[in-house]
Amino acid sequence: MNLFYVVAFLSIFFSLLVIFSKNPVHSVLYLIVTFFTFTIHYILLNAQFLAIVNFIVYMGAIMVLFLFVLMLLNLNEETEPLKPTLLKVMGVVAGMCLLVTLAGSLKALSISEPVVLQNANLGLVKNLGKVLFNQFLLPFEISSLLLLSAMVGAVLLAKKEA
Amino acid sequence: MENITQAIQGIPLNHYILLSSIIFAIGVMGVLIRRNAIVIFMSVELMLNAVNLLLTAFSAYRGDAAGQVFVFFIMALAAAEVAVGLAIIVMVYRNTNSADINLLNKLKW
Repeated sequence: MNLFYVVAFLSIFFSLLVIFSKNPVHSVLYLIVTFFTFTIHYILLNAQFLAIVNFIVYMGAIMVLFLFVLMLLNLNEETEPLKPTLLKVMGVVAGMCLLVTLAGSLKALSISEPVVLQNANLGLVKNLGKVLFNQFLLPFEISSLLLLSAMVGAVLLAKKEA
Repeated sequence: MENITQAIQGIPLNHYILLSSIIFAIGVMGVLIRRNAIVIFMSVELMLNAVNLLLTAFSAYRGDAAGQVFVFFIMALAAAEVAVGLAIIVMVYRNTNSADINLLNKLKW
């Protein structure tokens, strides 16, 4: 029970570091740690398939892309554009307003039943595969089209002479 | 495996919603206070992940596998989005020699 709160604290702490660290390379590294804490959350919910996919896709593929582009563009602390302090304060206040609204509506909802895993095997590959390839077969095929078009689009955009 | 699933027994669903809301709000703040396009992009990823976690928590709470399948689709979509978005940022950098979004204000007013 306590493990959840420790990991939740770590997620919030590292995601704050992501947006407040001056150097974009440090931001990416903190984001990797944040995604790792999310993987631990998925394991705690016994969503093992999602934990592995999160680990491979987010921490592997997406973060390598971010780091690669950052280092390719040679962005660091000196080239980092900064907003005026007033705008920063206003941004934080606006984010806090959103948070207060969400928390307040949550309070008005007043449900607080504990999460109980009714079916402990829910997040295993066998179970999810059955759902994915019966009920969600068409979206699955369409997502392959999406990935193909994204790949073609990325290559076309990044080419020198388009 | 028993000890792992024991660990979350008794966590109220509200705490999952609160955690996701906090991380989503942090993502919104990141979009508002930064000017580097790549850091803004990372904040968007943070928001997507907050939603993913909440969907998984609801799916475990309801005992319905569809929520976790949705999360899988969101991850595929995020991968596609990152590829195209980073290609656009590289192209912007090539034209303006910086990743500052304030230089891209032709459509602002």
